[in-house]
Amino acid sequence: MSDTLILSKRWGKKDSHTLASYRADGGYAALEKALGMDPAAIVSEVKASNLRGRGGAGFATGLKWSFLPKDIRPRYLCINADESEPGTFKDRYIIAHDPHQLIEGIAIACFANDIHLAYVYIRGEFKRQAEILHAAVQEAYAAGILGPKLLGRDFALDLHVHRGAGAYICGEESALMESLEGKKGYPRLKPPFPAVVGLWGKPTIINNVETLANVPWIVQNGGAAFAALGQGKSGGTRLFCVSGHVVRPGVYEKPVHYNLKKLIMEDCGGIVGGRAVKAVIPGGSSAPVLAAHEIDVSMEFDALKAAGTMAGSGGVIVMDESTCLVRALARISKFYAEESCGQCTPCREGTPWMEGILHRIEHGEASAADVDRLEQVANSIAGNTICALGDAAAMPVQSFLKKFKPEFLRHVEHRGCPYGEHAWGLTQDSREAVVGEMRV
Amino acid sequence: MSRFDAELGVILKRYPEDRQAAAMIPALRLGQEVFGWLSPAVQQLCADRLGTSPARAEEVATFYVMLETHPHGRHVVELCTNIGCCLSGSERIFEAVKRKLGVENGGTTPDGRITFREVECLGSCGTAPAMLVDEEMHERLTLEKVEKLLGGLK
Repeated sequence: MSDTLILSKRWGKKDSHTLASYRADGGYAALEKALGMDPAAIVSEVKASNLRGRGGAGFATGLKWSFLPKDIRPRYLCINADESEPGTFKDRYIIAHDPHQLIEGIAIACFANDIHLAYVYIRGEFKRQAEILHAAVQEAYAAGILGPKLLGRDFALDLHVHRGAGAYICGEESALMESLEGKKGYPRLKPPFPAVVGLWGKPTIINNVETLANVPWIVQNGGAAFAALGQGKSGGTRLFCVSGHVVRPGVYEKPVHYNLKKLIMEDCGGIVGGRAVKAVIPGGSSAPVLAAHEIDVSMEFDALKAAGTMAGSGGVIVMDESTCLVRALARISKFYAEESCGQCTPCREGTPWMEGILHRIEHGEASAADVDRLEQVANSIAGNTICALGDAAAMPVQSFLKKFKPEFLRHVEHRGCPYGEHAWGLTQDSREAVVGEMRV
Repeated sequence: MSRFDAELGVILKRYPEDRQAAAMIPALRLGQEVFGWLSPAVQQLCADRLGTSPARAEEVATFYVMLETHPHGRHVVELCTNIGCCLSGSERIFEAVKRKLGVENGGTTPDGRITFREVECLGSCGTAPAMLVDEEMHERLTLEKVEKLLGGLK
């Protein structure tokens, strides 16, 4: 396995967020190179790199770019920094530690696609990260990187940071655009896709932060080199976010097809207290759960799909043997109930219904029929909503029931939670005892 | 010129001239900062400045959790209780803070000092549990850390 670091190599360096530091490490040379290339050739390199979207859907980035209609202007780029999927915490580190890498990726993407106005939509809770990014954007303007003359060339580019205000749904691309237009975040029907009818009705590319931060490396080293770091139809490295009951939680940059078990047991130091793994959610809270015996698997998009789950946003949530999975699922379901935007009936009504049933199972107020009903409700939401939040809410429920049904039925028989008070295993105090400094 | 209008002028420059309504969230956030919370009058002010209907301002103000449409305490403390934080013990902290402050979720202490609520994932699962205090992030919380933080809020 290669140890190439693309995204996190400068993290932790003194003042890594400044332009001076970025330039000292060869920053903006890729943009310089890109400006000497034919824009279509840049898109070809990104296609050849097998870069797939790091926000969750894993869609081929170069292909997405090539969907822009040839003759409609203006076009826009929205950078999705709304990182809100539980278990996911990578984009914030790119922004905090290496914002110019992102800005350079944005500038290259805009040049390649003839875009002159771009917005970074950053979640409202990331106040400090938004400040760091805004300062970096100002530095780039002052240095003539952004503005009327992109690095002195005849190409104008404006980039602005737009802070959201607390809504998970705004990470969904069409809700993000609605929100950026100054409305509530209601997803739009697709098609038409944003590449054709996007922000203010114009062709728009929406890319995740991590996706774009890879672009300078691809331009510098070629698409083929990036593809070679990965496997199959997935190129490059990925930032895997590991949380839960591991000894060393944090962000790990690994090849896109890295083994999940190896990541948990070796890189993260295994489980606190040497306990056994019970369940792992591999791609953010929406991804179907894996049981302990299923985690010896490649995390590449298609490999995880074949394993019945998804790589999603790269958020790996690890639960040890002491975890009550009904309680864990109840908490996940509560999240989707809270964050459903309310536009579609199955999701608006179904998500609190699932949360309620799970709450009753956990507290011993449910029958075996309720467990069946829970499954029916999940099945009634999936596939019946405008956006993917409905599916995201249904998938954890469907997969927990499929793999851990006896645990639900035990709650029913036991008339409550057999795990009692301490259904989460770990406390921060017990972690403090075993964990030194965090990696990031 | 008032502080609100001066700062709004800077914000509006980021959006195309014929798309000023795009500044609705930043405008409301600024209104909240300047006037404390988004009363109907503040919502109306934002709508007027952006050339939209007041209903548009209200639908945005009530949709996003960080926009406050009710008066709140001098400090707002928001603890994440989502899956990553719960796996690291945030439920225990949540219960302890409620007891300590004598408030329920979303409540404000009688002296108007602190509004306390649980929030959804803050994107700090690797440094869980996490909490926002007046929008500033605090991570790797322990009961002791939280008590110290709350004690420092006047």
